[in-house]
Amino acid sequence: MAQMTMIQAITHALDLELARDEKVLLFGEDVGNNGGVFRATEGLQKKYGEDRVFDTPLAESGIIGLANGLAVQGFRPVPEIQFFGFVFEAFDQIASQIARLRYRSGGRFHAPVTIRSPFGGGVRTPELHSDSLEGLFLQSPGVKVVIPSTPYDAKGLLLSAIRDNDPVIFLEHMRLYRSFRQEVPEEEYTIPLGKANVVREGKDVTIVTYGAMVGVSQKAADQWAKDKGLQAEVIDLRTISPIDIETITASIEKTGRAIVVQEAQRSAGAGAEIVAQINENAIFHLEAPVLRVSPPDTVYPFGLIEDEWLPTQQAVLAALNKVVSL
Amino acid sequence: MGKTVSEHTVPYVQVLDENGKVTDKELLPNLTDDQLREMMKRMVFTRILDQRAIKLTRQGRLGFYAPVAGQEASMIGSEFATDKEDFVVPGYRDLPQCVYHGYPLYKLFLYSRGHQEGGRVPEDVNVMMPQIIIGAQIVQTAGIALGYKLKGEKHIAITYTGDGGTSQGDFYEGMNFAGAYKAPAVFFVQNNQYAISVPREKQTAAETLAQKAIAAGIPGVQVDGMDILGVYAAVKQAVDRARAGEGPTLIEAVTFRYGPHTMSGDDPTRYRTKETEATWEKRDPLVRFRTYLTEKGLWSDDEEQQVIEAAKDTINEALKQADNAEKMKVEDLIDAMFEEPTTALKRQRAEITGEGAN
Ligand SMILES: Cc1ncc(C[n+]2csc(CCOP(=O)(O)OP(=O)(O)O)c2C)c(N)n1
Repeated sequence: MAQMTMIQAITHALDLELARDEKVLLFGEDVGNNGGVFRATEGLQKKYGEDRVFDTPLAESGIIGLANGLAVQGFRPVPEIQFFGFVFEAFDQIASQIARLRYRSGGRFHAPVTIRSPFGGGVRTPELHSDSLEGLFLQSPGVKVVIPSTPYDAKGLLLSAIRDNDPVIFLEHMRLYRSFRQEVPEEEYTIPLGKANVVREGKDVTIVTYGAMVGVSQKAADQWAKDKGLQAEVIDLRTISPIDIETITASIEKTGRAIVVQEAQRSAGAGAEIVAQINENAIFHLEAPVLRVSPPDTVYPFGLIEDEWLPTQQAVLAALNKVVSL
Repeated sequence: MGKTVSEHTVPYVQVLDENGKVTDKELLPNLTDDQLREMMKRMVFTRILDQRAIKLTRQGRLGFYAPVAGQEASMIGSEFATDKEDFVVPGYRDLPQCVYHGYPLYKLFLYSRGHQEGGRVPEDVNVMMPQIIIGAQIVQTAGIALGYKLKGEKHIAITYTGDGGTSQGDFYEGMNFAGAYKAPAVFFVQNNQYAISVPREKQTAAETLAQKAIAAGIPGVQVDGMDILGVYAAVKQAVDRARAGEGPTLIEAVTFRYGPHTMSGDDPTRYRTKETEATWEKRDPLVRFRTYLTEKGLWSDDEEQQVIEAAKDTINEALKQADNAEKMKVEDLIDAMFEEPTTALKRQRAEITGEGAN
């Protein structure tokens, strides 16, 4: 076993898949010789050659359209969108083309494409680079959306994503890339898509969250236990499309209360979907309305004010206190 | 083979060679001595600003910054060919053009730091805030230019992108729209040889970027982008065409960026050699124009030193002004979303400020 950061775990997973399956292709802006602007593909072009790992011209719609075409030819493309803020350029190719390929062709074609992209905020990128646009893809039937919160999960989920025969959007939170290390086995292992992980057990409130907010929620839960002696159960969704409502429901049956914590803006995103599904599946177990912790519905803020805008441990604590007082 | 239905060429423009000698007298622009000296001053200022901005970024006193050294002739020469009423639509690297088109320097510092005030361009300044999304500015420029035409005003819009930017669909769409509407636009490509790490040869199989104009049915010109007089001459001609109602032009300026792509961790040694850098530095735009002006008796070391000192003062002054900007609040972001905040936003604002929702 080795200690790895999330970015190392990702490089390692890509390396394993390139070695295992010659149909796997990696491409995107600066991913070849440069190894990606975050160095996620460092060394892979040297190892596997320019036919398997290559730089593309600067055009996101082109990158995803190319992936679509390569998928039709039997390849397993793993394209990179350099920063998820640029996904709008590729939105048509993802939502109206790749996501519908199996459906439109009556199953004749399918798109085993894994679109990797750094996303999320809190690292002072220039404007339009940081954003939590994952919710847009919950509204796009035909794609799965995976968001790891640890190096261990990143590797296991990425291997599953690349092996999945349907398109997966694999989002890597920029703040988690190098924020901590963890034991990651050298050998292959997979973590199933669509299965949540209970990362902290508790009986008083369920916190449903994903991505960088998992860590924030865990810290808040620990603090809450210290301050109030109450135990929050923390669920890391790992996959936000589809959502693992069974795990959420089972937890709420135990706790009777829930809050949802997301880094994306409030309206109509993953949080809204989770609350709706809780309503449909667990309302009779609830003793209080489900609360949401999120930033307000503004565009992602300019650098100077990120820290105030993003949800904090304090905001999670406030929601925990509120939901037990209702 | 059937008959040829269409043939095209891409002209190359150069006025001063690498030694500052005039190569094409016919193209020598009609500029006064003061104007020539002003061009040099602006290039010197830009070089100093670049050096300072790089240092400030390393010290954490600026946020996002994309170095410009090597591209001064392209930037300054092209903007010099426009009038104040013309619109400048820049990319993230094109801060010098913004400055000389009236965008206050302190606001550009605020923009770099990620302060909302940095994007609030003064009402009487026809500059867009620098564009991050590559290609977006090209289609928007078609619209701004068409707007001038529809209003019957004789102004033009000039926009900037890099060699990489010419691969985006938006690049073609913008040129094509402007061509179809005969919109008074100038599309100025600074081919500085790399899109982050990807060299121009890997960006496109096209021999020149200027020839991309041909598909849009508009003229395409390649110019020595390190020759400020050549750049000026090419852009002036395009601007005059546009003003005369003859439609848009694409200009490819062949140049080089000496520094890293941006100050956020790019390492140019990963994708280019010292020899390549040295070859381009021999064509330096400042050295070349300095030689030309000095030989004409229009420039001296003393004068250059004065310009450098003045530049330092100007930059310090602007930094002070930026430091004094009011601190931003999350409420400001909420208030900037709509003319009238929605009910949801009013509630979210109240949650943040602790005030009532009404
Ligand atoms: C739509 C979009 N895709 C990707 C990026 C990331 N990115 C920023 S600059 C750059 C390279 C641009 O190269 P070029 O157009 O040649 O301009 P230069 O930076 O050399 O001036 C890339 C890929 C972006 N800002 N916008």
